Amino acid sequence: MTGSIHWPTAVLVAGTMLLLWLGVTLLRRSRRSGFISETDRATYATLHTASLASRHLGEGLSPESAERAGRHLLSILGAQAVSIAGPGSVLSWTGTGEHHRAQAVDLGERTLETGRTVAHPEEVVACGDPECPLRGAVTAPLVTDDLVVGTLTAWTQEPSPGLTRATEEVASWVSSQLALAELARTRNRVMEAELRALRAQISPHFIYNSLAAIASFVRTDPDRARELLLDFADFTRYALRTGGTFTTLAEELRNVERYLVLEQARFGDRLRVSLLVAPEVLTVTLPYLAVQPLVENAVRHGLASKEGVGHVTITASDQGSEAEIAIEDDGVGTDPERVRAILDGAHPHDSMGLGNVDARLRQVYGDECGLVVETAPGAGTRVSFRVPKFAPGVHAQH
Amino acid sequence: MSHPLSIVAVALVCLTTLVVGGFGLRLSRRTSDFYVAGRTVSPRLNASAIGGEYLSAASFLGVAGLIYGSGIDMLWLPVGYTLGYLVLLVMVAAPMRRSGAYTLPDFAEARLGSRAVRLVSSVLVVAIGWLYLVPQFQGAGLTLALVTGAPPWVGGFVVMVVIAAAVGAGGMRSITFVQAVQYWIKLTALAVPAFVLLLLWVRSGHPAPVVPPQWHAPLSPTGPGDHPWYRTASTVLALCLGTMGLPHVLVRYYTNPDGPGARRTTVTVIALLGVFYLLPPVYGALGRVVFPVLPGDVRGDSIVLRIPGELAPGLGGDLLTAMLAGGAFAAFLSTASGLAMSVTGVLDQELLRPQLARLTGGDSPGAGGFRLAAVLAVVLPYLLSRLIEPLGLATTVGLAFTVAASTFAPLIILGVWWRGLSVPGAMAGLVAGGLGTGLSLATTMARGDLGGWPGALLANPALWTVPLAFAAVVLVSLATPGRIPASTARVLVRLHTPERVTLARSRLRD
Repeated sequence: MTGSIHWPTAVLVAGTMLLLWLGVTLLRRSRRSGFISETDRATYATLHTASLASRHLGEGLSPESAERAGRHLLSILGAQAVSIAGPGSVLSWTGTGEHHRAQAVDLGERTLETGRTVAHPEEVVACGDPECPLRGAVTAPLVTDDLVVGTLTAWTQEPSPGLTRATEEVASWVSSQLALAELARTRNRVMEAELRALRAQISPHFIYNSLAAIASFVRTDPDRARELLLDFADFTRYALRTGGTFTTLAEELRNVERYLVLEQARFGDRLRVSLLVAPEVLTVTLPYLAVQPLVENAVRHGLASKEGVGHVTITASDQGSEAEIAIEDDGVGTDPERVRAILDGAHPHDSMGLGNVDARLRQVYGDECGLVVETAPGAGTRVSFRVPKFAPGVHAQH
Repeated sequence: MSHPLSIVAVALVCLTTLVVGGFGLRLSRRTSDFYVAGRTVSPRLNASAIGGEYLSAASFLGVAGLIYGSGIDMLWLPVGYTLGYLVLLVMVAAPMRRSGAYTLPDFAEARLGSRAVRLVSSVLVVAIGWLYLVPQFQGAGLTLALVTGAPPWVGGFVVMVVIAAAVGAGGMRSITFVQAVQYWIKLTALAVPAFVLLLLWVRSGHPAPVVPPQWHAPLSPTGPGDHPWYRTASTVLALCLGTMGLPHVLVRYYTNPDGPGARRTTVTVIALLGVFYLLPPVYGALGRVVFPVLPGDVRGDSIVLRIPGELAPGLGGDLLTAMLAGGAFAAFLSTASGLAMSVTGVLDQELLRPQLARLTGGDSPGAGGFRLAAVLAVVLPYLLSRLIEPLGLATTVGLAFTVAASTFAPLIILGVWWRGLSVPGAMAGLVAGGLGTGLSLATTMARGDLGGWPGALLANPALWTVPLAFAAVVLVSLATPGRIPASTARVLVRLHTPERVTLARSRLRD
């Protein structure tokens, strides 16, 4: 052979080596697990099953979540069947003997009333069917906020004190998971309330100022007054809309435009605005009302306490898989410590918009996508944030 | 040859690529201009950009070279390149846009919600991108060596540096505008010389091209072990289905505001490509007039650049050559920067950012990671382009299409149109298609064409790997109905519902 390689052989050899390596790795892994004792392994298995179940319980108590969590609970309890029931209805049944399903509500009644764990003897549970393995049951309460919201029943061949104890423990674990779900729901509700607060918060100053500015044009320039009123109407419709949570940057900029037209009616030539946009990012999806409050902030802080002309610059740039949006003013600036306090929510009345936008951005895209504020007294302010062009579950609604 | 003029042309094109992006930005200084500034990119501009990015070295130089060498069978190549957009238009353009996906891994995640499928897709995107970048660098080396006499590594190096700078700078430039300009540069640079040369050819008494008989006989074998039917069909299938799986194509679709916009863009793209692809056959045929046989060690790919010098010696020929060289460089730069951008995005997001985050303890790595990814994205394929023996520009590009057609096409088509797609099914398709094409291509690259059926099957694997990948997806999905994502119905409704329709459910929630 003079240096040339027989390729089929080479591929075969390479393939064999790969398979061998895989085999050795797998073998080694299975050996390594041999060092874990039986008890440890049982503990790990239980913990793992519990974590699987907790994922489903995170959605709260519903037929779907109960159905999916039930499978894992059954394997933890080692009973014949597990059922979860709410007041008056059975949410799920996992395991054998589903013809007992209707019974679950009746058996749960006493637990629902008293909040105590009840073991049901054979004469209550057993059906006539000699094949049926279910001869006993233990019902434990599911409690959130001191309220019994449901029952967990383990069905077995023979009720034992061990099973009663286990069922009670599992039920209290499920209860704590449900409490966590409730907490998550509360947090979402708070976020929604904050969003609503933001909508409502835009209005007072701005509505008053806009209407006053429009009023000043009614006699001198009725056409302009009419235009401004229409802009005002469109702006409020957008700001107070009840649709989805997300919109596109193009849509958001359109609303910023309406806002600025109204502000310019008031400030006239004192307010200079420039916009620089890479057209690729106009289709990017972002939380709605993410830009307008920042512009409002820049106009207010860039102009209000300053003599002469104020510049506000809005830029949107394309950064590969992300878009960066920045709002800059050449106003008086702020102490960075103050901004930090505002973003932490310490001054809720001062710059509600800033803290709220920051919180919503973090909630949607994670902590690395919050607001970045660069400022110092006398040096103007630059507020920027980055949004990924694609994030799972984020879609603009029109 | 025409050193100074060609160098000026190439330098101009490089400068355009770097500088012109600033003009595409939407700037307004008065609120009354805001409306214009906030308007999304029009389908026509976006179509030009897609055309600019899509027409690569293979289209500008390679197709003419293949037609010159192998005859009219190669006319299928431009047909295939354009046909891909028809398939895209009919099957996936609008649903893809509605999915909101920016990259192919994004689409995989949006549709299947699986990190594993996302990871495999990312690896494939990088592989396809690199495979596609290699011929761009080789073409650049070839062109610059031919028109200036520089060593062959220079051209690729220039392209590499320019696109690394362009991608790494990022930010305040409009890539869409750059690419749209590149399309018109390419069209002009190919069309004007073509008309001048045709005129010269007519005036010189229009001599007939000197060709062997099988040159203009369709699907005639060139040797005993050749299978022209199989090879042609396989190539056309790869081009048809490969287009939708090219990483740099989907990224441009994101710029469309909605599904109908995506469709209008695609129709315009087909028209623009149709116009462009009228030209390479002209060069192929003219080449046969000027060079009855290829002189010495000249590669077919360079035929376009050699014709003006023969047909119009002197300043006129130099000017035309300079124009063609500039156009060719526009082709390398635009395609390569589009690809480099996509590969960089994926490398940064999937590979570097998690690693850097771990190294810096969760601190955001910022633009540094992105620049590092940009350098990585171009340096590796450049080195590869120096190591791998050139296969012919259009052939190597065809391989990239083959991989895309055998991996992403089943995922996208079935993902958009089939409810039964399961996570393991999608994974099986990607792996089967990727391994099938990967092994065939590796063998072909290492050993050259084997000849006979093995040669045909390994060099043009699309006709068996695409059905294999589709079968793998369907069979594994049918076998694992439990792993169909729970969100399937919801996602499909979103993909297929026109934007103007407000879903009753969302109205109820208000």
